[in-house]
Amino acid sequence: MTSPQIILAADVTTNRQHTNVAEVEQRLGSLELIWGISAVRKTVLIVVLAIIWQVYASYLDNPLLFPTLSDTLTTLYDRFADGTLPSRIWTTLQVLITGYVAGTVLAAILTILAINTRIGTDFLETMTAMFNPLPAISLLPLALIWFGLGASSLVFVLIHSVLWAVALNTHAGFLGVSRTLRMVGGNYGLTGLSYVMRILVPAAFPSILTGLKIGWAFAWRTLIAAELVFGVSSGQGGLGWFIFENRNLLDIPAVFAGLLTVIIIGLIVENLVFQTIERHTIQKWGMKE
Amino acid sequence: MLQAIQQKIDPTAGLPDVKAASEAKSLLTVDKVTLRYKTPNLLITATEDVSFSVERSDRFVLLGPSGCGKSTLLKAVGGYMAPVSGSIHINGRPVKRPGADRMMVFQEFDQLLPWKTVLENVMFPLIVARKLPRREAEARAKEYIDKVKLTRATDSYPHTLSGGMKQRVAIARGMAMQPDILLMDEPFAALDALTRRQMQDELLQLWEDTRFTVIFVTHSIAEAIKVSNRILLLSPHPGRVKAEVIDVDRARQDDGSAAALERDIHNLLFSESGHRE
Repeated sequence: MTSPQIILAADVTTNRQHTNVAEVEQRLGSLELIWGISAVRKTVLIVVLAIIWQVYASYLDNPLLFPTLSDTLTTLYDRFADGTLPSRIWTTLQVLITGYVAGTVLAAILTILAINTRIGTDFLETMTAMFNPLPAISLLPLALIWFGLGASSLVFVLIHSVLWAVALNTHAGFLGVSRTLRMVGGNYGLTGLSYVMRILVPAAFPSILTGLKIGWAFAWRTLIAAELVFGVSSGQGGLGWFIFENRNLLDIPAVFAGLLTVIIIGLIVENLVFQTIERHTIQKWGMKE
Repeated sequence: MLQAIQQKIDPTAGLPDVKAASEAKSLLTVDKVTLRYKTPNLLITATEDVSFSVERSDRFVLLGPSGCGKSTLLKAVGGYMAPVSGSIHINGRPVKRPGADRMMVFQEFDQLLPWKTVLENVMFPLIVARKLPRREAEARAKEYIDKVKLTRATDSYPHTLSGGMKQRVAIARGMAMQPDILLMDEPFAALDALTRRQMQDELLQLWEDTRFTVIFVTHSIAEAIKVSNRILLLSPHPGRVKAEVIDVDRARQDDGSAAALERDIHNLLFSESGHRE
């Protein structure tokens, strides 16, 4: 019986490893690279849709039903220039941010109580089960009786729309933090609030961010809807009121301009604010697929 | 060579006087510990009447088939669960809660905080648990990252590392804290075979450098023999001490004594009739 032998491959030497990098890694073509950027693909889509809009509206030729894109953009520019739209946007954003921040803070307090005490968990689960399915806008008539006509009613409704979505996602995120990470936190002697802030919040950040996004979308929709119905109540009136007002005046290009503004602000917050946060946190940490 | 290996088949008979002699100076004493935990519809006894003690600079291995409660035992030493009866003392103080004097290294790769770089991961416990100033923490963290040969990955995030590198960071993190005892719960079990052997060698190298105390849980007999100087053999359902193997580091690969010891331990663990693994 012979002993095992190792026969080295003759042509493999350490020097040759670096010469054939070009064969191993080949660059993609530049067209393929550009098409690989999702922003480029999405821009192309939007441009195509805009062209379809313009062509169809010109063909229809009925500005009362469906104004052209160019009319809408002109009106949008005019209303921005004369200061109507900026002041409307500012009114809406003020109420929105007040309600959003208040709702988020309340959600944080509720979830921290829930993760530390059992009765807190039960309270949060019961409340989210009851109020999450209830559309926030349906509380507006009640809010108007309790808080009168004005921004406080809108803020109340906004808090309701933000609170449960954020609390539900944050709580689910906390519960989903792996046992190992929680044991690591315990190993460092972290307890109570410092444990929540240093371990649970960053570990559950993907869920928290999802909650914040959903809360933002809910708040934005709820506010525009509330202003459409009771917009006149909030003193100066916001974007929703702008849309409602111009419909009554049959200034349909302005209605479209208002809707376009709502969409653009939504896109800006989603793409600039939330995606920037996402890029600097969960994408950098490899917590997003 | 095998004569050097004493096997105490009935530990309860010989143990009380051994314990009395060593209690004063042992780093860790586990005394007649019974551990139970609940699943939704069962109360499971993980270990029963387990006693052992660990001395300074021991490489102490808990070895046994699955279901012998070795991981549960390590969690109890870590302070994550309280014994139903018996006591666990470290440096004479009873173990009540998790603490940084007993750093854990887990099997799972997700034990690193994904939102911190390698350096920050090693620094973090030094700052929050040891209350070191930042600069001092950074210097010490870098020293231990060098020791585990990860200098190049200092500023990487954990998700960019391979499994073996993650485990090295976890070991560096544990060692940088200079704990009384390092608790390793099957740290290499999720690694591929080649990386595992390399990591075992590196762990021994680190031990030669700093002579830290470690309790190491494994279900691999070969790994136990390679890594340890003492092995506690546990039998399953519930976990009881079956034997203790001392002076394991005298077994060597080249003259076949390690293989012989492996065979002996295997026979001891699986001698019970009707037990299949």
